[in-house]
Amino acid sequence: MKDTKIVTKKLSFYYGEKMALNSVSVEMPEKQVTAFIGPSGCGKSTFLRTLNRMNDLIPNVKIEGEVLIDDLNIYDKKVDVVNLRKKIGMVFQKSNPFAKSIFENIAYGPKINGISDKKMLEEIVVTSLQRTAIWDEVKDRMNHSALGLSGGQQQRLCIARTLAVNPEIILMDEPASALDPISTAKIEELIFELKKNFTIVIVTHNMQQAARVSDLTAFFYLGELIEFGKTRKIFTTPDKKQTEDYITGRFG
Amino acid sequence: MNQHGFTKESLRKKFRLSEYLSQRIITGVAFLSITIIVLIFFFVFKETIPVFQQPDKGSAIDSEELVQEQYGVFAESEEEDDRPEVYGMELDSALMGSRDYGADASTAEDERVTVSDLLGDQWYPVSSNPRYGLIPLFVGTIKITIISILFAAPIAILAALFSAAFAPTWMREWVKPAIELLAGFPSVVIGFFALMVMATVLQELFGYETRLNAFVGGIAMGLAAIPIIFTITEDALTAIPGTYKEASLALGATKWQTALFVTLPAATPGIFAAILLGIGRVFGETMIALMATGNAALISANPFESVRTLAATIGAEMAEVVFGDTHYGVLFLIGSLLFVFTFTLNALAEFYVKGRLMKRIQGKIS
Repeated sequence: MKDTKIVTKKLSFYYGEKMALNSVSVEMPEKQVTAFIGPSGCGKSTFLRTLNRMNDLIPNVKIEGEVLIDDLNIYDKKVDVVNLRKKIGMVFQKSNPFAKSIFENIAYGPKINGISDKKMLEEIVVTSLQRTAIWDEVKDRMNHSALGLSGGQQQRLCIARTLAVNPEIILMDEPASALDPISTAKIEELIFELKKNFTIVIVTHNMQQAARVSDLTAFFYLGELIEFGKTRKIFTTPDKKQTEDYITGRFG
Repeated sequence: MNQHGFTKESLRKKFRLSEYLSQRIITGVAFLSITIIVLIFFFVFKETIPVFQQPDKGSAIDSEELVQEQYGVFAESEEEDDRPEVYGMELDSALMGSRDYGADASTAEDERVTVSDLLGDQWYPVSSNPRYGLIPLFVGTIKITIISILFAAPIAILAALFSAAFAPTWMREWVKPAIELLAGFPSVVIGFFALMVMATVLQELFGYETRLNAFVGGIAMGLAAIPIIFTITEDALTAIPGTYKEASLALGATKWQTALFVTLPAATPGIFAAILLGIGRVFGETMIALMATGNAALISANPFESVRTLAATIGAEMAEVVFGDTHYGVLFLIGSLLFVFTFTLNALAEFYVKGRLMKRIQGKIS
């Protein structure tokens, strides 16, 4: 087991009065892929979004417990959310490139971080696109709108955009749920490649996908963490009956 | 009664009276309003036509031929009764014609203005030597439009940005209707306020000579344009998918960076449309112009001099004009021009710009 990167301690989350997460405690190791599975509305996306404090944007939410990244509580009052998010990239369910050119999409992150040197920007853009294996497909149309790309390409572009700010952790919220099988396979390959350098947390509806890409799997049900462990074990010999029922497709 | 199966009887076509009537009535009402607008359109243009029934240049023979033609048309029109009055203008036009063209004096025959008359730099429609140069009116209108948009657009766009991107929900629910309420503000009230209060305050502040001028009028009209620009910009900004905002914030951008570099650029076509509609509002605004601009038809770049706008000219002079004479026709010409301009602006805003915004969001253009 590698070093632990992200730890949550008794994390509870409320939308107004409604409890969405109930005292979740997990330890996620560095440079591994951790997958969250569970039926819709079980809190797995909410949990993912507590890790980079995206839930701060929603009014009337309340959070209890701690999220420690490298032993630092990210909900500490002294933590700057903007700087936190620079270290934690996020890829969304629906690919969301900006209505800008492909180049500008990738360069946006470095630019807001104060990099204005054109050569440096170009280098970052090219490296990011190469790392997401999309460079060959887009290198001739860097100045075209990113919205003209296919769904799979857009999603890889979004991952490249995330990489451009050089995060340590990448959160993925069902990154392949809107994609066809071939694009999905490409994203999965990419995740496999990226985990050499990044700690990855992925939410997925697709259990086969969790089984294929992840090292650890957490099963959520109704806001509670039911079971958490090595992916192989969760998918072959789960401890809990609920986990087994879900994985074998008996509910959810 | 409830037999099973599909029979001819159970599927027989039924006539539903209420359905039929309501459909017809609604269609009728819709077409009625369209018809009314088209009729107004035609009326304004019809009244304009006589102004142009004389060619502005050409030999005497040509003119005569066309003069004949003009009479022909004229005889058909309902304004036959007004012909004596029209003839009355002949003298004045003759004077002007000889002044402008010299050799072309034969055009003195016509009682109508020429295009080059309209391009003159003097607007003295009621002098004994009337001049119908529209240029000062155009200059005035454009000057005041520029001033008011320069004043209104930044305020309205920043207010919209605040409302769409920064304001907490409760404040947004409060700010938006409040500003939109301003749109329903009678312009005569804004004009009155400008005339009585703003003019004095601004004069003390800037120390210019003429109390009522393009600057005061422009600011007052800006007040009228702000709600329009605000509302449409706000709509354009909130129409930008939240996923853009999330993506930007997740990259570690601040709220301000997100608003400025992501939301605002994505909404540019909508903001452009908002400004166009704002221009349209100012362009056609009559009451404020009439009350706060001084109404002197000057050609000058100085924003602190009085101006006379196209719309205010109609407002001020239409009531005193002789029905059917040249001045009357020229005022209708101004009306037509205003109509064409605002129509073009609105059409541009509606079809071209909004289409672009949609395409941009859907990713069909770069």
